[in-house]
Amino acid sequence: MGNEASVGKITIASDAPEHLELLLGNAAIARGLIEGGLSVAAAYPGTPSTEILENLAKVAEKAGLYVEWSTNEKVAVEVAAAASMSGLRAVTAMKAQGLNVAMDFVMHVNLTGTGKGGLVLIVCDDPAGHSSGNEQDSRWVVRAGDFPLLEPTSAQEAKDMAKYALSLSEELGALIFIRSVTRISHSSSDVVFGDKEQVARIPEFDTSTGFSPTPVNKTHVTAKQKLEKARSIFDSSPFNAYVGPKTPKLTIICSGTGYQYSRDALTVLDNPDSVAILKLGTTWPLPTGFLVQHLDPDSEILVIEEVDPHIETALKNWLYDAKPGGVLPKVHGKSTGHIPAVGEMNPDIVAIAVAKILGISFQPREAEYDERAQQFLATLCLERELVYCPGCPHRASFLHIKNLLRLDGNDGFVAGDIGCYSLDRRTGGQRVSKTLFAMGSGVGVASGFGKLGRFGYRQPVFAACGDSTFFHAAIPAVINAVHNNSDVIIVVLDNSATAMTGFQSHPGLPAGATAGSAVSVSIEDICRSLGCAVEVADPYDTKDAREKLWRLGQLKGPKIMIMRRKCGLIAFREDGATYRVWVDQGQCLGESCGCNRYCTRIFKCPALVWDKEVGKAVIDKAMCTGCGFCVNICPENAIQREAL
Amino acid sequence: MAGKDPVNIVVCGVGGQGNVLLSRLIAKAFVNKGYHCTISETFGGSQRGGSVMSHVRASHLEAPGVLIPRGKADVVVGIEPMETLRILATYGNPSVAVISNTRPVYPMSCIMGEKEYPDLASIKAAIRTLSGRAWFLDATEMSMEIGDTLLTNIIMIGALVATETIDLTFHEMEGILREQFAGKVADKNLAALQRGRVALEQAIA
Repeated sequence: MGNEASVGKITIASDAPEHLELLLGNAAIARGLIEGGLSVAAAYPGTPSTEILENLAKVAEKAGLYVEWSTNEKVAVEVAAAASMSGLRAVTAMKAQGLNVAMDFVMHVNLTGTGKGGLVLIVCDDPAGHSSGNEQDSRWVVRAGDFPLLEPTSAQEAKDMAKYALSLSEELGALIFIRSVTRISHSSSDVVFGDKEQVARIPEFDTSTGFSPTPVNKTHVTAKQKLEKARSIFDSSPFNAYVGPKTPKLTIICSGTGYQYSRDALTVLDNPDSVAILKLGTTWPLPTGFLVQHLDPDSEILVIEEVDPHIETALKNWLYDAKPGGVLPKVHGKSTGHIPAVGEMNPDIVAIAVAKILGISFQPREAEYDERAQQFLATLCLERELVYCPGCPHRASFLHIKNLLRLDGNDGFVAGDIGCYSLDRRTGGQRVSKTLFAMGSGVGVASGFGKLGRFGYRQPVFAACGDSTFFHAAIPAVINAVHNNSDVIIVVLDNSATAMTGFQSHPGLPAGATAGSAVSVSIEDICRSLGCAVEVADPYDTKDAREKLWRLGQLKGPKIMIMRRKCGLIAFREDGATYRVWVDQGQCLGESCGCNRYCTRIFKCPALVWDKEVGKAVIDKAMCTGCGFCVNICPENAIQREAL
Repeated sequence: MAGKDPVNIVVCGVGGQGNVLLSRLIAKAFVNKGYHCTISETFGGSQRGGSVMSHVRASHLEAPGVLIPRGKADVVVGIEPMETLRILATYGNPSVAVISNTRPVYPMSCIMGEKEYPDLASIKAAIRTLSGRAWFLDATEMSMEIGDTLLTNIIMIGALVATETIDLTFHEMEGILREQFAGKVADKNLAALQRGRVALEQAIA
């Protein structure tokens, strides 16, 4: 998945102009960065941005790059900025939520400038939150920080923009934002390679100057001047385009995926000849010269973008200033209700809006077909919630936590966190996690609950935290809990990978983004150095794990439990099944057992299912990864295993 | 499908069934043949046992947009029967061609006994009602016969090309598999491709 770098003999690092290759959007971005003379790349994994760094890492040696997985996004942008300040071209990539983590640095580098190298920040937003806790639109950040912004409409353009952004950053001495979205980053398309820019440089930091945001009254003026320079460059940018009649009735102004959806919408509407498309690839600052040149003053406007009305708002501001006292054109979009205020766009939303404005009819399918289809959907299609994979160690860990909470009987709960274990809140989990916010927030929130005892609070609190999350954002919260003597059990769910994003390394492992030595940092050594009680257990050793959890539960103050077992998917891929597992249906008592179908109703592994015909449990051989844990849970010992 | 441009294919299933690879292999074959091709996928956090789909679009004119408009699928390839039906509800039309695996992957609500997985015959009947042509095979069972459930998606490709609903041949897909895999892995994949073709030809006969 996302395995794009190795394309026969030609890779994304090859000197192969005009070569055509089917590339994932993120791999295309990686290719563009290499074409643009990249030297340094640093990032923290986050869907849908992860494959940018992964693809760079695969060709790092060949392309002469330094590539690292950093502990978090703020550190990543700092590492990349150091390269730029030394005259090298550098990139960092992150998901929208990662940008929140990086913001403190980002909102200062706008004032300091980026030096003579070139610094590009690629943020991959996730409209509809396919793999995220929100659908925040990162483009507001560029307004707050006066950053020039590029928004690709396809994989090809993503590549071209990545290359261009590095040289533009060098020209302006400013950080350039590229904003992608899931449907660009995670779509593949045929991409034509370009020339590789020859950028041979010896890095050197000029100590006669320096980088500091103060005095702000001067640096902020410089940042605004850079933005104005970007505007004049963008006015003639090839990334902006106008297609349509000279005097259209309607002009669709669009960016990103909105361009593709607009084209498809006009196709399904049989290409009405009164509609033009004005595509913006440079969306901040608005290329107002380009707009003056191409926007017919009498045309109505429809703005198509994801997620917030970023262009729509800027466009209205500009029109108000550009036409003092004049007649302003109608601007349709999110503010008029033609486009939904939230969620992902698609061609149908655009088609419906265009049809409404033009007063034409639009019906993609016969009503009768639609009706039947909806009826089948309602009666025959069940909701399919995300679940832990078969063999996932978190399934066992949460079973142990729930067991302790039930034994304790004081209505305790888990403050959850971001990672695979956030699935505890779904149907397939134990549903003991009651809060879910940001990376590391489980420990921070729990640290707060653990100080409410003086007010009469009695509910025990666990904090959940993954191994990668521990390094990313939880350490300050762990230290906070220890320093302030908060009454909390912090459970580090260590599956030895950044699993949710596709098994990247992290500081706790002896591997980095590229081959060569990386130093592993021990989670338990850090925890023990803080002076609080620390236990380590394999969640598959039920007796040991439960005893240690129980023991910690008896102590006051902060306690740390490390549940360590390798991600089931990695284990299965590396070593195959450990056991052959089966249900001895002669021993399974079925519904009459009294266990309330513990195996299928409580444990909930997709590979351990109910055989309706005989009314007993059965292993689905197509799903089972042979981890063998489920033999522990049957009171009749009906689940059997044999080592392979 | 002659003359239709772009060709719109939806590949669907459950996270972990090899949906992404299936889409990618088809797309590579289209690109090798001179088509512009776009695949839109959902993966990452959304892969763990949830519904997944890819849109594969191929055109002789230009790289198509990432998403297929409502009701505009030409072919639906389903690796799980309920997911096949779910896709038709949005992207189907009276002339769409469907090829679907028949082996259910139970949603957690079914494993827990809260819901019952619908009768397979009803799902098949609904798929037939909402499509122009439909073919069914138990690709999961066949993959277990070959000895690896990861081959289910390759069996589906073998069956898909045998339906002759898209402009890709068995030999072209063979070439793509040889490009992608080596040694014993290639042999297993080629056997799966062949198994899918035979299954489909038997289903037609």
